[in-house]
Amino acid sequence: MSELVLQIDGREVTAQEGATILEAAESVGISIPTLCHHHKLEPYGGCRVCSVEVEANGRTVVVAACTYPAEKNVVVRTKTEKLDRIRKALVEMMMAHAPDSEKLVELAEEYGADKDRFKRNQSFCIHCGLCVRYCNEVKKKNALGFIDRGAKKRICFIPEIAAKECWQCKECFPLCPTSALQAAFVLNEAITTPSSAEHSCSCGHGAGK
Amino acid sequence: MPKINSSAEFAALRKEVLSSRDPNRPCIAVCTGSGCLALGAANLVTALKDEIQAQGLESRIEVRETGCPGFCERGPLIVVYPDETCYLKVQPADAKEVIASVLEKTVIDRLLYVDPVTGERVVHEMDIPFYQNQLRLLIGNNIKLDPTSIEDYLAIGGYAALEKALCQMKPEQVVGLVKESGLRGRGGGGFPSGNKWEFTRNAPDPVKYVVVNADEGDPGAFMDRALLEGSPHAVLEGLIIGAYAIGAHEGFLYVRQEYPLAVENITLAIKTAEEYGFLGKNILGSGFDFIVEVAQGAGAFVCGEETALIRSLEGKAGEPKPRPPFPAVRGLWDKPTNINNVETWANIPLIINKGPAAFASVGTAGSKGTKIFSLVGKVKNTGLVEVPMGITLRDIVYKIGGGIPGDKRFKAVQTGGPAGGCMPESLLDMEVDFDQLTKAGSMMGSGGMIVLDEETCMVDFARFFLAFLADESCGKCVPCREGIQQMLTILTDITQGKGKKGDLDLLLQLTEVSGASLCALGKGAPNPVMSTLKHFRDEYEAHIEGKCPAFTCKELFSFYIEPEKCQACTNCGRKCPAGAIEGGKNLIHVVDQAKCTKCGACLEACPPRFGAVTRIPGKAVPAPLPEDARTIVRGNK
Repeated sequence: MSELVLQIDGREVTAQEGATILEAAESVGISIPTLCHHHKLEPYGGCRVCSVEVEANGRTVVVAACTYPAEKNVVVRTKTEKLDRIRKALVEMMMAHAPDSEKLVELAEEYGADKDRFKRNQSFCIHCGLCVRYCNEVKKKNALGFIDRGAKKRICFIPEIAAKECWQCKECFPLCPTSALQAAFVLNEAITTPSSAEHSCSCGHGAGK
Repeated sequence: MPKINSSAEFAALRKEVLSSRDPNRPCIAVCTGSGCLALGAANLVTALKDEIQAQGLESRIEVRETGCPGFCERGPLIVVYPDETCYLKVQPADAKEVIASVLEKTVIDRLLYVDPVTGERVVHEMDIPFYQNQLRLLIGNNIKLDPTSIEDYLAIGGYAALEKALCQMKPEQVVGLVKESGLRGRGGGGFPSGNKWEFTRNAPDPVKYVVVNADEGDPGAFMDRALLEGSPHAVLEGLIIGAYAIGAHEGFLYVRQEYPLAVENITLAIKTAEEYGFLGKNILGSGFDFIVEVAQGAGAFVCGEETALIRSLEGKAGEPKPRPPFPAVRGLWDKPTNINNVETWANIPLIINKGPAAFASVGTAGSKGTKIFSLVGKVKNTGLVEVPMGITLRDIVYKIGGGIPGDKRFKAVQTGGPAGGCMPESLLDMEVDFDQLTKAGSMMGSGGMIVLDEETCMVDFARFFLAFLADESCGKCVPCREGIQQMLTILTDITQGKGKKGDLDLLLQLTEVSGASLCALGKGAPNPVMSTLKHFRDEYEAHIEGKCPAFTCKELFSFYIEPEKCQACTNCGRKCPAGAIEGGKNLIHVVDQAKCTKCGACLEACPPRFGAVTRIPGKAVPAPLPEDARTIVRGNK
């Protein structure tokens, strides 16, 4: 792998070809906020909180640092007034779903976001996709996925798979920055109580019936 | 049909096709594109064929079912060859007369186009102003072709460009010609096609793909449908040439399921082309192999975005992927992939046949060739129009479109699909090309063009497009999924009279966030708002003050009967479905605002000579007359 040099916040940074801007920045201690990013997962670019400005060939564009490849000679800015405004608004939009999410509260403090700027939405889910991607990419079980699209998009456990796989795993639970995942799982639990053979805990759902 | 294995065999085939045709034999070309079919063209074809059979004229008159020539407003339409006599709004009952006129070489006056200005009748297709001001290099062929007949296409010079490219040129030369022509992608991005081809060609992976993007999704746009339905072989020919130039041996045509006739025609075209040896192994003996597969999309708008299209082709959910890497480097199944829109591919044979200089002789400095627009909305002649780049909006709307129906005032023209923008009257003389449209805050897009008149509410219009985009957002990234939703909420509030001071500033702030979206759908989403806000800010402000000047937003205007004009004819009261009109014989009628549903039936019912029913912007109307003052005292009776 060859190396390349780019500029991040005024500093010359050497990065491996194929690295993302986020990786390049982190390698020299420049911190870029993230939310849907996870080191075990493929870059996703969903939350856009890691938005940075990239200047190349006289054009400046806003891109997601977690997915955008580090390129030779580009100038990257991770902290500008415009980026602050964008991140603030993104956090506010997500807080309309999950106003008490620790991660969001933290970001809100940093960017001066007002959790009540937008009307509260019923769903807690902010569609970071950590649960879906972790189950798919790391566990390779595909026990949950996204259904529908746009504002109606939501996470959903696949009952047939979830009934077999999720009881012992639940590794996605701590990844969720809101309480949406747990809510979806409880809903799923109600309809997928496994048969006694697979289910042997003391909750009374399976054994002895 | 034996497979064609060489240039010589191809030349012989063309000669044979041409010699078997008599250019003087009468032919009735009936448009059977989706538009005319919806207007009953299939019945017309049956009636014509039945009549020909009844008179035993099968050998003398041909009936050809063709693709769409564009004048959908006046369908079903036919063109009678060899004279190119054009008849509009032809009904099955006219069949007998049409056959008789062909035999007697006469013209049926009543079916001709009548010039609305001079009142003169126009006989030939090319002399109709709608066509006269166009340059129909692509869709002009539609009416000449039975799309299910490869011989029809061969007869007009079809596949000559393929033979030229594959048998006489090196792939690099073909790429060079396309670069030289200045062709830019017709799907919306306007990226130089030749450069895109070159990127894919130069990508190191030896396995490459080419794709036709026929996921036409803009509301009201149907250019690609007309090309696929009417000239499927032209699209295919362009694709095969592109595959050869790029070095791809497999191609895909991604078309939406909602276009059944396009799917049928292109599928048949592929099958026939395989039989003739224009597809498959060792095409025309050149040593080049190429196959094409048709894939049907389920109609998601975002699948027109190339990375989402690729994912959909791979069998995954149609969600865009970040670029870079661009498909030219890592596309379908991670292989270098070149995706072009239907119209872009259809231009390729033209460039090869006539040469890049001839192609580039049409258009502006930065945009070469023609562009097909679907001209719809408040314009007299709706349909598909193909115009040289650089034509003014005014010429499209007035010379080709014939102006606004009902002598209403022009308000704006919207281009570029849902993420495009509106241009007001002051920009009517702007030259239409990629760069000018972008500069004006709109874009070329794939070619949608919606004309709006004074009765269109610009706030409601922007709201419509945002609602469309909110529905079609894939939901992956926050600025698009949440941002459009928030803008839509604000706009909906404004159109419902719940707008607040500060809403417009908030809208502008939200447009900045959209720029952080993953793909063009989210990035372009603010355009309908930005451009209407830029040119029609007063309408937004009026709404926030509680008035809809175009009388569209129901919460923001009222119906009112002017007491001094009401003659108690009782028409309005009888037509009102909500029972909201109080009145009676010799009593001045009054609208009960609490019951009124703003349907407008009273306005239509009120005789123009009275003109008593009016609309008032805002909610406040003059207080109704006291009941004892409503009796009409008529003089001299």
